[in-house]
Amino acid sequence: MKRGRNLAQTILGGHRAAALALTALVGLGLGYGVAHLLSGSIAYWGVVSGPFWLTVRVAVPATVIAGAAGIASGYLLAKGRFPGRDLLETIGSLPIILPPTVIGFYLLEVLSPGTRVGGFLTRVVGHDLVYNVTGCIIAATVAAYPFCLRAARTAIEGVDPLLEQAARTIGLPNWRVALQVTLPLARRGIAAGLTIGCARALGEYGATLMVGGDINGKTRTMSLAILDSFTTPERNTMLLILVLMAITAMTGVGLLGRSRA
Amino acid sequence: MSALDVELTRRIGEFELDVTFSVESGIAVLFGPSGAGKTLTLSLVAGLIRPDTGTIAIDGRVVTDCEHGVHVSTQERRIGMVFQDGLLLPHRSVLDNVALAVRQGGGRRDRRALAHTWLERVGADGLATRRPGSLSGGQRQRVALARGLAGEPALVLLDEPLSSLDASVRRELGALIRDVIVSSGVPAVLVTHDADEAEQIGDLVISYRDGRVTARREVERPERRDPPATAPESGPT
Repeated sequence: MKRGRNLAQTILGGHRAAALALTALVGLGLGYGVAHLLSGSIAYWGVVSGPFWLTVRVAVPATVIAGAAGIASGYLLAKGRFPGRDLLETIGSLPIILPPTVIGFYLLEVLSPGTRVGGFLTRVVGHDLVYNVTGCIIAATVAAYPFCLRAARTAIEGVDPLLEQAARTIGLPNWRVALQVTLPLARRGIAAGLTIGCARALGEYGATLMVGGDINGKTRTMSLAILDSFTTPERNTMLLILVLMAITAMTGVGLLGRSRA
Repeated sequence: MSALDVELTRRIGEFELDVTFSVESGIAVLFGPSGAGKTLTLSLVAGLIRPDTGTIAIDGRVVTDCEHGVHVSTQERRIGMVFQDGLLLPHRSVLDNVALAVRQGGGRRDRRALAHTWLERVGADGLATRRPGSLSGGQRQRVALARGLAGEPALVLLDEPLSSLDASVRRELGALIRDVIVSSGVPAVLVTHDADEAEQIGDLVISYRDGRVTARREVERPERRDPPATAPESGPT
């Protein structure tokens, strides 16, 4: 526990981690409060609360997974010396370029239990990976990943290699140089990538529609619910909440990159 | 047993370094004009760059032997290094910078206590909670010196540690570097292109020109016959 806290402090700095947690709580409270306020007069909270909490359940793990994968692969691409690095980044960035529905199509091809790969994965995981929250999380993760990857690679490449060399001369093994020197110094760029990735996960639509299935009460996130309720008044409630969530996420993740030095 | 044995060649573009020398103990100064290959030699000894041919031994242990494919990593060479502009980690406190270099066992508290001791020895204990970005050049180099020695290295390498400082600070810090290193008993190699600095700090001056060693001269100084037993008092800047 203490070790985990030290690691978080090392990478992020204690104050920033606390600020992030506070911002997240305030953001959730704000969203919840505003929704309740609106529900008092419009009585739409019953309709909105399901998609609201589902979006939180999808976007948070998606950002964490995409962030971890993006930082790890960004580090590999920035520091590794092997052919095809740029090609790998291009492949990793495809979700930015391809239409979300195309991403959704390929995800369905890979994840559906009827396919060879999907069947194998379904057996390994023990439950279906499509038309449920897991599918939504996977879709949002794939959408957020390239932003985290590209930002991490650029930020890591921007760290002065002389500082890393200096750390090696005092005996720090390479993994500690990465955790205690490179990543903390690259934190601003990484935080920028996480911010955009989180916003992307919050607003993911196309791939989530295809992999999640837009099932009311089960996989209908805010983005999907907004379109479904486009002709009804609760649309405004959901739009407002989504905007508040995006602002909160951007503020919170942005705090991670703020320097104390 | 020598503190350092170097016999190596390294070509970079048109420049070729081809040097052979040994350092028995004390402070050896690699002295010569810019571009003579002094800093390149230091980088090769530190293992930051690999030579084309030759061997390097630190404290009798072969850390580079091109013929037999030996290249001990920088981390495992047991060196301390002081860079021209300190290269302290900007996101960590002064104390953290030094404590990170402490390789001796023990917990975090022990390592920080040892780091405090080293900061005291270089007259920088009052800076422990500061960030490197808020330090003057002289203060930074004091901390860098503490960091370089905190890991109880077998050899300390100093790459023009005074070149970015004012003349008055250079003289004072030069004396401090000599006092602290001599009292620690750790052999050191210092790079400089300043003749006065070489005389002030070194026990042995190895002259460089165009990638070759051209002369080797021992510096006569009284305290070499009777080295101080303890670190001198030094006040913060």
